[in-house]
Amino acid sequence: MTRTAVMLVDDEVPFVNTVTKRLSKRNLHVLTANSGYEALEKLDSGEMVDVVILDVKMPGLDGIETLREIKKAHPLVEVIMLTGHATVEDGIQGMKLGAFDYLMKPCDIEQLVEKIHEAKKKKAQSEHRPGK
Amino acid sequence: MESRHYYRSLARTMALIVILVSFAPLVMVSAIIGYSFETSYRYQVVAHLLEMVEKHRQNIDIFLNDKLSSVQVLANSFTMEEMSSQEFLRRQLAVLQSSYSGTFIDIGLVDNRGIQVAYAGPLKLDGADHSQTDWFKIAKASPFFISDVFQGFSNQPNFIITASLRWDGREYIMRATMDFAAFNSIVESININHSGWAFIIDNQGRLQTRPIGLTPPDRDFFRGLLSKGNGGLQFNGALGQLLSVMSAPPDCCDYGKDVSIGRVKYQGRDVIYIMAPVKNSEWVLVYMQEEKDAFADLYRARKPAVLIALLGGISIVVMAFALSRRVIRRIEKANLEKEQMNQRVIEAGRLASVGELAAGVAHEINNPVAIIVEEAGWMDDLLAEEDLGESQNVGEFKASLNQIKTQAQRCKEINQKLLSFARGSESSMSKVKLNDLIHEIVGILEQRSRLGNVKIVKRLAPDLPEICASPTEVQQVLLNLINNAIDAIGEDWGAIEITTGFDGQTATVDVTDTGHGIPEEVLSRVFDPFFTTKPVGKGTGLGLSICYGIVKKMGGEIKINSTIGVGTTFHIHFPLGLGAGKSSSEK
Repeated sequence: MTRTAVMLVDDEVPFVNTVTKRLSKRNLHVLTANSGYEALEKLDSGEMVDVVILDVKMPGLDGIETLREIKKAHPLVEVIMLTGHATVEDGIQGMKLGAFDYLMKPCDIEQLVEKIHEAKKKKAQSEHRPGK
Repeated sequence: MESRHYYRSLARTMALIVILVSFAPLVMVSAIIGYSFETSYRYQVVAHLLEMVEKHRQNIDIFLNDKLSSVQVLANSFTMEEMSSQEFLRRQLAVLQSSYSGTFIDIGLVDNRGIQVAYAGPLKLDGADHSQTDWFKIAKASPFFISDVFQGFSNQPNFIITASLRWDGREYIMRATMDFAAFNSIVESININHSGWAFIIDNQGRLQTRPIGLTPPDRDFFRGLLSKGNGGLQFNGALGQLLSVMSAPPDCCDYGKDVSIGRVKYQGRDVIYIMAPVKNSEWVLVYMQEEKDAFADLYRARKPAVLIALLGGISIVVMAFALSRRVIRRIEKANLEKEQMNQRVIEAGRLASVGELAAGVAHEINNPVAIIVEEAGWMDDLLAEEDLGESQNVGEFKASLNQIKTQAQRCKEINQKLLSFARGSESSMSKVKLNDLIHEIVGILEQRSRLGNVKIVKRLAPDLPEICASPTEVQQVLLNLINNAIDAIGEDWGAIEITTGFDGQTATVDVTDTGHGIPEEVLSRVFDPFFTTKPVGKGTGLGLSICYGIVKKMGGEIKINSTIGVGTTFHIHFPLGLGAGKSSSEK
């Protein structure tokens, strides 16, 4: 089994940098994007991504819009939403739109890694049963 | 204080306007009617008096002329032989006395030297000499004469009527003495039904008859009147003005030109007088009446009118003041209510804007906090990986990182509370059984309350209707309140009482503690965000703000009562909400 490929999408660059380092340390392949557009571009360019970690609150294309686009173009890619407290409703809405789960920011790194692995597992199942 | 003064002056102005507007027509109408009434009444009274005096003047003249005629007839109807006979005169006197009921005292015949030739009467006057008397001197020169009143031989006041006659070329005078009392009674009869005084004076001001009940004025007084009274009707003072407005000119009335009327001060009283000449202007008939008697009816009629006007005026004044005070009090109350309402709107607006601000701050702070947490985590990762076993600072590093994480966690909690205050929670509405929720929460807090020596008493209404609300929100409200109550009781023993009830439109929950109470000066601020009485680091000052936000958002109400040393009660009214069940019948 190949290393899980994760794309971290957040407009806060220091946050992205640190989390990237920490996730890499936990044996994950991490790609980054600082906006919704960048994330979509990278996915469209054929980057191999299993799980997208998506911040809900971003300037420009926000998390929900980005999620909708991702699910449209790449239905197999799993998405984990990151929200502030007040946007929990957005997280729930995201799950209705097909996101795998949501986490509240700031989140525990171990919890995040766990969710990533669960999402990867689900994706693998979906790939094995393409009929569904 | 200033507004109090303002309202008072407003009330005063209002009352004065009401009084002015009410009084102006009242005064004008009273003045006009009063003046016309008084004028016409005075005219009536004076006209009546004038008529009465005129009638009596005629009576007096008729009386005197009548007696004079009798004497003249007597003098010219018989021969000297007959008249010289004592017996004949006595018979004639008896005839006169019986016709005029004792007015004639005696009759006599006097020759031109003044010697009494014949006499009939009660006195022995045969041969008496009258030549030196005043009346004889005047009587000798004129065909007839009526004397003034004098004390006669009998010491009785009487007067004399004479008529001259000529017999055989010699002059004689027929003389009759008249009883003054009979004459006086004619004059006095004017007084009947009147409180005035009537009397006769001669043109020198000497009294000819006795006024009853009046100390007779002296001659100078009458002289004063007479000098005024010369030349017909006189109009003096107010009465004169009054008479001048009479519609009928005085000439056309039968009063005669020489009647005078006026007003004088007599013995300190205002007196109306009317003077009319009698006996060819030798005498004057005087009628005097106190003005207040003459117009007594007018003054009597005026009394109730004045009384009514006075009472009416008083009632207008009282009503004006009472009414204006009442109106102003209403206005004051309305203004006060408006002010309080404004205060409440401002309060609510302030809380809302603080809430917005809090939400913004929470959002902005959330990202940096997330980064701090991640950085600390990264350092943790690195420390775990690297072998720094021998460095003695490793422990310190780890402790420091833990502290950073703990504090970041605290920030996160504060942020979450801030956001829930501002936006409320996300949870959806459902039917909530308050009693069940309270059981649940008390269960959760049982451990904590036992440790704090706090006894929680539940007094729950058994058939409390369900409310439509977010269960997590209601839970949060109750949790905050009960936690606060436990904190308020602190170290001491205490009790918390939770009461539920239903008042028709709202379900109520009261949370009462036996804690130390809240000082009055901060009572209004307990719902403000970040307001706390707890020591730094213990409370965020957001618990009650969140409760307030949640309850207000639901359309409910939260109130607080507190007494220092006794405890605090929070009253919450939850609206039943749309579609809320009437009652949990299954329970």
